[in-house]
Amino acid sequence: MDSDLKLVSGAMVALGLATAALVVMPYIQVRDIKPPPQLKPYTDQQLRGRAVYIANGCVYCHSQQPRDRKVGPDGARGWGRPSVPADYSYDRPHLLGSMRTGPDLFNIGARQPSADWHLGHLYQPRAYVPGSIMPAYAYLFRVKATADEGEQVVNMPPGRVPEGKVVVASPDALDLVKYLQGLDHTYPVLPALPAALPAKP
Amino acid sequence: MDSALLSLLGAFVLSLIGLFAFIWTLRQGLLVENPRAASVIFAPGEIGQIDDPALPAREQGAMQAAVAPRGDPVVPADLTEHADRIAADRSTAFPVFVFLAFACMWLLVGSVAGLVASIKLHHPDWLVDDAWLTFGRIRTVHLNAVIYGWSTNGSLGIIVWLLPRLLRTPLYGAIWTMLGGTLINVGVAAGIGAIAIGWTDGMEYLEIPWQIGIFIAVGFVMVIASVLFTLANRKVEHLYVSVWYFVASLLWIALLYVVAKLPGVHFGVQQATTNWWFGHNALGLWFTPVAVGAIYYFLPKIIGRPVRSYNLSLLGFWTLAFFYGQVGGHHLIGGPVPGWLTTLSIVQSVMMVIPVVAFSVNQFGTMQGQMHLARYSPTLRFMMLGGLMYLASSVQGSLESLRSINTVTHFTHFTVAHAHLGMYAFVTMVLFGAIYFMLPRVLNWEWPYPKLISLHFWLVVVGIAIYFVGLSIGGWLQGVAMLDAARPFMDSVTLTLPYLQARSLGGALMTLGHFVFVGHFMAMALRFGPQRAGAALFVQMAPQRALS
Repeated sequence: MDSDLKLVSGAMVALGLATAALVVMPYIQVRDIKPPPQLKPYTDQQLRGRAVYIANGCVYCHSQQPRDRKVGPDGARGWGRPSVPADYSYDRPHLLGSMRTGPDLFNIGARQPSADWHLGHLYQPRAYVPGSIMPAYAYLFRVKATADEGEQVVNMPPGRVPEGKVVVASPDALDLVKYLQGLDHTYPVLPALPAALPAKP
Repeated sequence: MDSALLSLLGAFVLSLIGLFAFIWTLRQGLLVENPRAASVIFAPGEIGQIDDPALPAREQGAMQAAVAPRGDPVVPADLTEHADRIAADRSTAFPVFVFLAFACMWLLVGSVAGLVASIKLHHPDWLVDDAWLTFGRIRTVHLNAVIYGWSTNGSLGIIVWLLPRLLRTPLYGAIWTMLGGTLINVGVAAGIGAIAIGWTDGMEYLEIPWQIGIFIAVGFVMVIASVLFTLANRKVEHLYVSVWYFVASLLWIALLYVVAKLPGVHFGVQQATTNWWFGHNALGLWFTPVAVGAIYYFLPKIIGRPVRSYNLSLLGFWTLAFFYGQVGGHHLIGGPVPGWLTTLSIVQSVMMVIPVVAFSVNQFGTMQGQMHLARYSPTLRFMMLGGLMYLASSVQGSLESLRSINTVTHFTHFTVAHAHLGMYAFVTMVLFGAIYFMLPRVLNWEWPYPKLISLHFWLVVVGIAIYFVGLSIGGWLQGVAMLDAARPFMDSVTLTLPYLQARSLGGALMTLGHFVFVGHFMAMALRFGPQRAGAALFVQMAPQRALS
């Protein structure tokens, strides 16, 4: 093989094919999908919470893509119906995830609506789930003698907080919990009608 | 159109293309062996001569004596070709040293971060008071340090060192290579800092914020400009197969990175497919071709024998180029992505068997009867192990993409183990071997403590073995537990604990090996160590024949 032109053009064609298949085609296929009416855009606080979720790498242990029962018992575990592209209409960046070191979180807001539970669980997961290997997010909280005005005290199970102290949640922790509580995609979705099928009069 | 019809049509078109490709190869005479092209990496007189700069002179003699004679005709050395090679080596010495030094630094950063992340998975209350040390961040620091820091710098070092050698010309625009390398490393350092403070683009393999990514992209463009300029000014007619792998991989990674990082374009599910298009191609179209290209040069060069089948290596190149790019969708099997996309990726993942088998058959053919040389040459050992692990990790990857197996392994540590088989047991081993070969030529100095090379080898080999076996078993059991709806989810967590601990043990051995390696590297760079007059042999040999 002597020609650098052949090399460069061949290499580009190969990459072009891959890009067409994995980047462009999905783009064309999903760009016109409308968000489901029941799916509300994130509030400002939820977006801030989502940023905390991203910054701390929650995605590396938690997926957000319940799958069909043919693939796994996600539904039986209470993780929700199989997700569809429309569910992700407001997601930038996507947080589908590739690991389930912890459970899927696509519907954690429906499964676990209590803010107290979330705050306490973030501060010390093992106080709620024995044997959990989720990191404790101590840096999202402060342990102090008394809470100042407007600070939210975390209700921990007894024995988890030093005597005479309280745990207060940082704004980041409160935002994150708002985001988690909002993760609720339990509304029904119908599979889209095949486009070729004419609507009945 | 339904998928059955589509796949039938696809199979029809593919077989037509295959037929034409076959006719074309016949016309081009590609089915006839081409030993001349395979021999271009050797100057006249070099075939049959072993070449391992990492070995002290006495051991080179021992290794040479152990080469099984093949009756190659003795050709007098061509002094102009040697002069070209020396000029090429001289022009690249400084840029290559900079790349390798950066690579070593990132290797240590990445290993320590990885070890911390690994321990945190079984000690979740360890180091929880600082945000930058939380698992989600330190794991990502590890990934970016080893991918963009260690492996990318190491790959660039190999490319910049080998291309001028293969093109018989000095490196053109070395200053641009240096500048590009500096920009890349500034970007990597800033990116890792950003991840540690929580500023990230949030997608696996693409965490470095795009604003910082501009540095990396511009750096790559500069390196590519210098490489293409060198290519245009080459003195050889024929482009050796390693050149193909290197040039293509550089163009691929630059385009991949720019497209994947385009801000504001990708969204939702499409962003996920783009994410994995990039994620898998970073391995498939960047590290893999570089490592394969390196093996195609170093392995024949060390043992002094051309690759067995040159045309097989070209078949490997083109099939890799066309199949590997499309496998990324297998990371989203069962997810909310179009069904045709995952099916396409599964098909192409299985097709990857072709380039991998082409490569492996070729390597075994080349090494046939010379396997014992690995006892003498640590460089060769790293290379052979790397090549073998390419076969292993690729075949494993093809199997893992099948729905029946993927349903167990998806979302588990099994995938993590597989990724390390590819990036570590394959790519990193090749990088180690290449650095042991290159550095004596780059620095004009011998490795001061040859025993450390052996120590390094065994530490990392035992380390990755424990890591891979432990985590694969743990990941598989985790997947089986997750599939069983009757078992609580926590079962899939607690049962992995001993395997996660095994991973930390393996990781600690690997990290220790890296400290040995980088310490040795520094000792060499600082001209430490005894002035060596023959050192310990791996195999104690009877008095050797003098090196002819």
